[in-house]
Amino acid sequence: MTAKKSDFIDQKMQDLNNDGVDRRGFLKCMAWAGTGLVWTLSGGIPVSQAFAKGIGQHAGKTGDFSFVQISDSHMGFNKPANPDVIVTLQAAVDKINALPNQPEFLLHTGDISHLSRPEQFDNVDQILKSASAKDVFFVPGEHDVLDDNGKQYLERYGKSAQGAGWYSFDHKGVHFIGLVNVMNLKAGGLGSLGGEQLEWMEKDVKHLRHSTPIVVFAHIPLWSVYPEWGWGTDDSAQALAYLRKFGSVTVLNGHIHQNMQKVEGKVTFHTAMSTAFPQPQPGKADSPGPMKVPAEQLRTLLGITDVNYVRNPHSLAVIDSSLG
Amino acid sequence: MTKKNAWVASLAAPMAMAMLLLFSGSPNLTASDQPAAIAAVKIDNFSFGPQALTIPVGTTVTWTNRDDIPHTAVSTDGVFKSKVMDTDEKFSYTFTKAGTYSYYCTIHPKMTGQVVVQ
Repeated sequence: MTAKKSDFIDQKMQDLNNDGVDRRGFLKCMAWAGTGLVWTLSGGIPVSQAFAKGIGQHAGKTGDFSFVQISDSHMGFNKPANPDVIVTLQAAVDKINALPNQPEFLLHTGDISHLSRPEQFDNVDQILKSASAKDVFFVPGEHDVLDDNGKQYLERYGKSAQGAGWYSFDHKGVHFIGLVNVMNLKAGGLGSLGGEQLEWMEKDVKHLRHSTPIVVFAHIPLWSVYPEWGWGTDDSAQALAYLRKFGSVTVLNGHIHQNMQKVEGKVTFHTAMSTAFPQPQPGKADSPGPMKVPAEQLRTLLGITDVNYVRNPHSLAVIDSSLG
Repeated sequence: MTKKNAWVASLAAPMAMAMLLLFSGSPNLTASDQPAAIAAVKIDNFSFGPQALTIPVGTTVTWTNRDDIPHTAVSTDGVFKSKVMDTDEKFSYTFTKAGTYSYYCTIHPKMTGQVVVQ
């Protein structure tokens, strides 16, 4: 473990404590497994200590199924912060293919492309074909809907989706909801879900049992990470209100190109690293622009997020692994 | 080439030059004696600079993106709308009516700016 990673844990702990978040029963175990940080989360249903220990000791080996979140591949980006995003996306796929517990599918939480150009989407699709998991579920980032109001994105990834590309599906008892919060952004505002999508979401979850584990994924964080840099979603509180009745809610986001975690009641929020370039910690730079780091450090700041689900008790273990 | 064609060719070049001079426009032939007014807005570190710009009517404003991330400049009331500007790309708009024009980056809506045309 490097000093830098150790600092990161301390900081996370500090953040959680400063937030005054009640984490009793929700954050049972943190441990390093290989290159990743293991968070064992129980969404509302207490996790036994034995289970928590089990995850810490055998990360990635348990779970009724697992899936992997990748994010912010920014295909087409070629600036000094990472001149070759093809290579790092391929490294992410190699990392996925080497996981001991193979994911049943992938989630891509947006900014697939850097400039919404067809060849950029094509390149990502081509690289993802080499992943052992064949199904990939996407939501768009703001870089995927440039200049055409999301038309191309919908044609490629959203044929069976609703509205601007939102949808839900069920997998082995877990209800997944993919949301779009990068369209029709208002001057001075943050990410936006919009009335039509919220209405759809309310109906989508209405008839689900309270014990159904929920995984929500969207590009821009659905919690207020750092509004000064636009890292939040204006109407996310409404969406979260519809999920209040559920015992286990996991919210997976991208956009900020770094791991952040927050536990609020029964809801766990988590952001993924990018596969392309890191961004600074909130307020630690003049802007949230791409962060240039020494070449040998780049891969320690890029990565994937592996999520293991255990049916009994309903638990999701979120494991972040850097590429290097 | 025949002798006659060579003669035509030798005349053609100077004539073409004369035509170009005539139609390219001397200062006396331009529509306005005023040089076109221009102003610049630079995009750096996810912000428009200057954030507020005051210009006379008829000024052409050029936005230049100097970030490593694409941005747009779009007026909130739909008067002007840039395409996405990647690094070092530009967008220009000529303001022909007085008024206050608020605009923002549609990709990063926290980025806002204003052009006041007097």
